[in-house]
Amino acid sequence: MAEDRKIAFICSKGNLDMAYPALVMGWAALGNGIDVTIFFTFWGLDLINKKRVDHLEISPLGNTSMKMNLMGIPDPIGRLGIPNVVGMLPGMTAFATKLMNDKMKELGVPPVREYLQMLSDAGAKLYACKMSVDMMKLTKDDFIEGVEDIVTAGDFMDMTEGAQIIFI
Amino acid sequence: MPTRVICGKTVQVNDEGFMTNPAEWDREIAVELAKEEGIPELTPAHWKVIDYCRQVGVSSGKAPTLRQITTGSGLSTKELFSLFPKGPAKKVARISGLGKPEGCV
Repeated sequence: MAEDRKIAFICSKGNLDMAYPALVMGWAALGNGIDVTIFFTFWGLDLINKKRVDHLEISPLGNTSMKMNLMGIPDPIGRLGIPNVVGMLPGMTAFATKLMNDKMKELGVPPVREYLQMLSDAGAKLYACKMSVDMMKLTKDDFIEGVEDIVTAGDFMDMTEGAQIIFI
Repeated sequence: MPTRVICGKTVQVNDEGFMTNPAEWDREIAVELAKEEGIPELTPAHWKVIDYCRQVGVSSGKAPTLRQITTGSGLSTKELFSLFPKGPAKKVARISGLGKPEGCV
């Protein structure tokens, strides 16, 4: 393994299922001695937003991979979908979110806030995207501890020179 | 299966240098492997981690993941990463005479 390997993640989604890829891979990278930078942009800012990080959600609506068996309904054919008309019923997003959180807990996967704390404690550098922050009228005070700064796209390019970049 | 000699003892290792028979491990070997991993001296805090990994590894046959180590040994993530800098996951497992940790968290 190269001594100076660096990986940068760009988190652009705020859905619960899209929060985990960077957290899992970032943690694995840190465990293997790889330098990690995470840049949160657009909806990805929800992951570091104090008021939202504990309330990330997943909706079955328009999600063709979310099948009935994930909702705990027996499905012998293995590909029984959830009709969008069911997914739009009130409470379905909360239900799907609870199921996913329960499954993560079963696997011993920590909640997003705790995961980000682990990454930060292990040396990952977390940054918020300036343009998105301005657009959403946020300030550094809106973010969880561990977020080092609000930076521009150009700053991100400078700080990730030589890094492998993963866009999520 | 390749073998190598550590502290005058012949042990089985895999291609990546992880010991494959946990029963061949002892504390002298750990000290030597730690030096190879860039840790010149094992302090009581290091041993706390290694002893915990041995306990888990010998009973389950698998090296614990980093999160299992922090929750099980009571050490913080910060402490773990400062005791075994630059890649504690593999370093701890190798020094403890176990295989690479299986599991993502």
